[in-house]
Amino acid sequence: MKVNFGAIVEYIPYLLGGILVTLEIAIAAALLGSLLALIFSLLSRKKGILQSAIKVFIDFFRGTPLLFQLAFFHFGIPQITGIIPTPYISALVVFSLNSSAYLAEILRAGIESIDKGQIEAAHALGVKSWDISFSIIIPQALRNVLPAIMNEFITLVKETSVVSMISLTDIMRRQQIVSAATYRFFEPLLVIGIIYLVMNIVLSNIGKILERKLKYD
Amino acid sequence: MIKLENVSKKFHDTVVLKNVNIEFEPEKTYAIIGSSGAGKSTLLRCINLLEKPSTGKVIVDGVDLTKDKAQLNPIREKIGMVFQNFNLFAHMSAKKNVMFALLKVKKMSQEEAEIEAVKQLTNVGLAHRLDNYPHQLSGGEKQRVAIARALAMHPKAILFDEPTSALDPEMTQEVLKVIKALNHTGMTNIIVTHEIKFAQEVADIIIFMNNAEILEVTNTKEFFEKPKTDRAKEFLSNMI
Ligand SMILES: Nc1ncnc2c1ncn2[C@@H]1O[C@H](COP(=O)(O)OP(=O)(O)OP(=O)(O)O)[C@@H](O)[C@H]1O
Ligand SMILES: [Mg+2]
Repeated sequence: MKVNFGAIVEYIPYLLGGILVTLEIAIAAALLGSLLALIFSLLSRKKGILQSAIKVFIDFFRGTPLLFQLAFFHFGIPQITGIIPTPYISALVVFSLNSSAYLAEILRAGIESIDKGQIEAAHALGVKSWDISFSIIIPQALRNVLPAIMNEFITLVKETSVVSMISLTDIMRRQQIVSAATYRFFEPLLVIGIIYLVMNIVLSNIGKILERKLKYD
Repeated sequence: MIKLENVSKKFHDTVVLKNVNIEFEPEKTYAIIGSSGAGKSTLLRCINLLEKPSTGKVIVDGVDLTKDKAQLNPIREKIGMVFQNFNLFAHMSAKKNVMFALLKVKKMSQEEAEIEAVKQLTNVGLAHRLDNYPHQLSGGEKQRVAIARALAMHPKAILFDEPTSALDPEMTQEVLKVIKALNHTGMTNIIVTHEIKFAQEVADIIIFMNNAEILEVTNTKEFFEKPKTDRAKEFLSNMI
């Protein structure tokens, strides 16, 4: 079969519509995941049960495939609870938790990279631990790990493609639908490949601008 | 004003401070000297509890800091500290470094804090460096920012841990000049230093440490003319 984009032109708006679904999940998961990661990395600065529990959580999400996590949450757990979540909720929960695990590791490294002397100096001035965390540690840790965070967000955008498995009509799922309707694969696949690429180029440029904004040395 | 009672400090099994007793009187300048590893930094850091003593009491203005956690930050507010490696906040300009604790601890308004920061930085000769970040400053300038940061809190005492040992000779002089100007301005100054000549010039009282213990607390003049212990004699003869 010859390549013929004419055959799928009418489907292009439909494919583009998937951007919103993909972005919605990616952005929501990035925000929720970042918030959770921040809480985890602050809580696990002190040794204890909490630190161990967070470590088990992080190891689980970093040590199993995302596709498994999604299947487990959407198909596995409902068998026991009897509550079947909507595909959107499942996607949101799994992606948020998954990216929080990766981001928490990134943040932990960023926090450890901060010179202890500054923290001591702040303590010596009588500054409360809370203010030290939010005004000294986090701003510098974020700055140090911003490239790694942007990488994680780009990975997140790409990995949202697995939600097609639970019938969420994201970009990937829409390609499957278009392919089924037109019996064509090359053209719709090429189109969604370009969509993913452009989204991530934009994201990575936002990252670079942010990095320049946060620069102090 | 500051009193250490039977303070001992162990790191694992190494004894770093052995039953230290000392009282620092208001408005005097103390120099803590002694060979490397004697426990000088540890002693200094016990005063504001950056290091928690294994046993003993640290009493500041009548409060035992090892017991009263709620009083720790209010007391720390009154005791400034200047470190060997400056420890400036890397993501803040010189001015912001000085303003930070004024805003967070003293709860000043932006405007009040800024006025105080500019005043303190001008006093240490850095009026032209307000908006520079630490990495843009020389070692001597960084240390003067650190001193301004401590002074802005109007502390009752200020602790210096080898404030010039990361500096080259020229910068050392500019920083020593600033520290010297603080003498008898109403604060208690406690200075750990390897600059023996400086200690002799600036201190009212010399605290000589050796091997985790305080061996001498002696008037400066007397210490240099006639040290009480043989160890101090030996230390001084090695210095000259
Ligand atoms: N956090 C720590 N853990 C283990 N040992 C430590 C720690 N801090 C200091 N020490 C040890 O305690 C001893 C005294 O250290 P301290 O820094 O108080 O000495 P000092 O008199 O300030 O020496 P210097 O002149 O070299 O700065 C040293 O032997 C040092 O190795
Ligand atoms: Mg020392």
